[in-house]
Amino acid sequence: MNGLTRMKKFHQARWNEPIIYELSEPGQRGVLVPGPCCECASKEEILETLPEHMVRKDLANLPEIAQLQLVRHYNHLSQENLGVDGNIDIGQGTCTMKYSPKVHERLAGSPKMLHMHPLQPAKTAQGVLEIMYKTGELFKAISGLDVFSVQPGGGSHGVLALASVVRAYWRDKGEEQKRDEIITTLFSHPADAAVPIVKGYKVTIIQPDSEGYPDIEAFKAALSDRTAAIFFTNPEDTGIFNVRIKEFTKLAHEKGVLCCYDQANANGLLGITRTAEADFDMSFFNLHKTFSAPHGCGGPATGMVAARKELRPYMPVPLVEYCPEKGYYLDFDLPKSCGKIKSFWGVIPVVLKAYSWIMTLGADGLREVSRVAILNNNYCMKKILAIKGASMSFPNHPSRIEQVRYSWEKLKKDTGFGTADVQRCIADFGTHYWSSHEPFVIPEPFTIEPSESYSKKDIDDYCAVLEEISRMCYEEPEAVEHAPSNSTVHHIDHDYFDDPAKYSITWRSYNRKYKGYFEPK
Amino acid sequence: MKIGFLINPVAGMGGKVALKGTDGEDILRRAIELGAVPAANSRAEIALALFREAASDHRFYAPAGEMGGKLLSENGLKPEIVFDPAEKTTADDTKRAVSLMLEAGVEAIVFAGGDGTARDVCSVAGEKIPVIGIPAGVKIHSAVYAKRPKDAGMLVKNLLQGKVKRYVLAEVMDLDEDAFRNNAVRAELYGYMKVPDDREFMQDRKSGSSGSDTNETLDIAAFTVNGMIEDEIYLIGSGSTTNAIFQTLGKEGTLLGVDAVVNRELAGKDLMESEIKKLLLDHPKEKRHLVITVIGGQGHIFGRGNQQLSPDVIRMIPRENIMIIANSSKMSALFGKTLIADTGDPELDEELKGYFPVVTGFGKKIMAKVG
Repeated sequence: MNGLTRMKKFHQARWNEPIIYELSEPGQRGVLVPGPCCECASKEEILETLPEHMVRKDLANLPEIAQLQLVRHYNHLSQENLGVDGNIDIGQGTCTMKYSPKVHERLAGSPKMLHMHPLQPAKTAQGVLEIMYKTGELFKAISGLDVFSVQPGGGSHGVLALASVVRAYWRDKGEEQKRDEIITTLFSHPADAAVPIVKGYKVTIIQPDSEGYPDIEAFKAALSDRTAAIFFTNPEDTGIFNVRIKEFTKLAHEKGVLCCYDQANANGLLGITRTAEADFDMSFFNLHKTFSAPHGCGGPATGMVAARKELRPYMPVPLVEYCPEKGYYLDFDLPKSCGKIKSFWGVIPVVLKAYSWIMTLGADGLREVSRVAILNNNYCMKKILAIKGASMSFPNHPSRIEQVRYSWEKLKKDTGFGTADVQRCIADFGTHYWSSHEPFVIPEPFTIEPSESYSKKDIDDYCAVLEEISRMCYEEPEAVEHAPSNSTVHHIDHDYFDDPAKYSITWRSYNRKYKGYFEPK
Repeated sequence: MKIGFLINPVAGMGGKVALKGTDGEDILRRAIELGAVPAANSRAEIALALFREAASDHRFYAPAGEMGGKLLSENGLKPEIVFDPAEKTTADDTKRAVSLMLEAGVEAIVFAGGDGTARDVCSVAGEKIPVIGIPAGVKIHSAVYAKRPKDAGMLVKNLLQGKVKRYVLAEVMDLDEDAFRNNAVRAELYGYMKVPDDREFMQDRKSGSSGSDTNETLDIAAFTVNGMIEDEIYLIGSGSTTNAIFQTLGKEGTLLGVDAVVNRELAGKDLMESEIKKLLLDHPKEKRHLVITVIGGQGHIFGRGNQQLSPDVIRMIPRENIMIIANSSKMSALFGKTLIADTGDPELDEELKGYFPVVTGFGKKIMAKVG
């Protein structure tokens, strides 16, 4: 029985599980919160020591539920899930889905980590500070840069940190008002365009030429003495590595512009090329992506900032430093700093997991990770391009690094089915697949990134699923039209995802937007 | 709901003639895909099949016979017949039908045809009520049409079930027949009609989307207004993207024309070339601005729907003060192509070549090449 046959017998679990708040029953309890311990004062006495504005007037709106019902609820949800630990997760291109070693959970869950408090004095937190500091030391080798901050809580947050450092730099140079533009490229991660706008910058996007490289003539036309910085992802979301990257940084530096490198996905670069060699002044790395920590479903994660030593004064505070007299300590003495990017220090369990991963693999291991990731990707690319109806973006540029943006343009033309239909179908095989984020310029796109974690058999099985779906599109259109048959959610109304008035990602906003909406009129 | 339903039975006729000599032209590819044989009735039928079930509780108004009445009756819908056209129908019949439907108080019009039909419907209905176009003609340059007949059917179904929540103005374009005879493909902007804001059915949706065109257009307008400098003059137009600026300013702009703004107040409305020149001369060159958009599927910035912006006028404005604004979906559709300046003055067209930043959101621009 091959993987495909096995997967065809898959059926997604369906529990029609209510939201935890809907399961709430007044008076139910899952845990009895202990009172103050014996040597402390009574609850009332403790409350009296708190400033009045910090004492709640009403009870927190928490669901009330007993342990068994709670366990059942989360088990149901976990069964309705997909992810690296449950399926061959190579269909989520740009996200670098890889195995997160389970031993890291033990480390992060140990009392030494769990019981840390962000406000405890540095001299009692030497171990954690040492890990933060030494992670930076490791990144000196990985990036070729000098100073580091693990404060940002995710990739886009890393972009925000870079944009904040850029602003602090130009403020110090007295050019903050004049330098109000950022340049990025169309196939850089969309956060590189979106986030600097939050910092008040205007962002100009460079489109690619026919080979898939950013158009250098357009870049020259966009560069001016108003440019504050460039934000480039490399390799871009097409999987193409911009080999002319130094020409861009040279042109930018000639105008005094800061160069920021989005290395969120560095999975094909470790031990092969570095930020410093591409002449960038700053970059950020996703420790939750390339460096194995789980993504945490949009956080908590770490977009680690790295910069040249000249930019140290503008880095987020505090920086972790070491001297023999004081040991490891937090340096707040950066008067020109961009300030704090996040409360406290950052998401330390993620840093710990990345540190452990790097230390386990060593320099040779990191290089091997990237070499295998590139090999896996190019093997997978060859298999996918042999599937009827599939092609790749920028076919003039045949080599790719760690991922490829493909296209079902031909499939669509031949059969009327496109990437959204493949996406519906693939749910029947117990796996998933992602199309593309902005820019929506590649027709019927899909993006596949088989990181180093997946075996040849995994890749073969996944490609066999894509091949089977392509066959169905050509030969069994009715089956495709009715797919998914083994999943629980069928056709989704995208209108809700696109409309800020309709989507809600918290219970509070759901209540605000939909109160009474589903009740009979 | 009262719905007008109209078929242009001759839409698609002459397709073979029109295609002759323009094979390979990008602009006609979609028309070929849609089929160059007269098929308006069968295309309308494909759409009808999808909304037939949802149609029972609604009242339909249609001209008799081939112009829609027959198809509705055959499918068990009893339409109110607005009039009985002669056997050989003309553009006037379309106009007459729309006008009678409006009199009858229809709330939306569903029509099958091509660019010519859209022009005729637009000339009477304008932006008064929403329309849904079933593509059935050879020439489909107008954005008022759904991608395919079945997409139109789904849109009508959504409309009948009250699921359409937002509308957006879509371009009515048609080929310039003089230019067409000279073997040049030249689509002109004739107006706008109100259509459901639905990327899935109205455009080739690549995947996902980053919000509605309506919201994005307002973002662009807010950014443009935000950047306006005191005592400088801004010529604005034409098109729905530029017209959104007036919505932001709280003024009434001209949809298909060029207006002028100074200090966020209207300084001139629906201006002719001579009036534009006169206004510009009141301001030193560096204080003159021009805000234009990209018109139609071919990427024209000059020479389509804004001929008031003559070569003389364009030369009066510094290049760096020409601001192009366009929705990101429009720029995505033009990916890999260059923008076109067709000012009527080849020398100026040459000067305008090179890169322009195109504003696609609040603070967001994309470098585009004018070729």
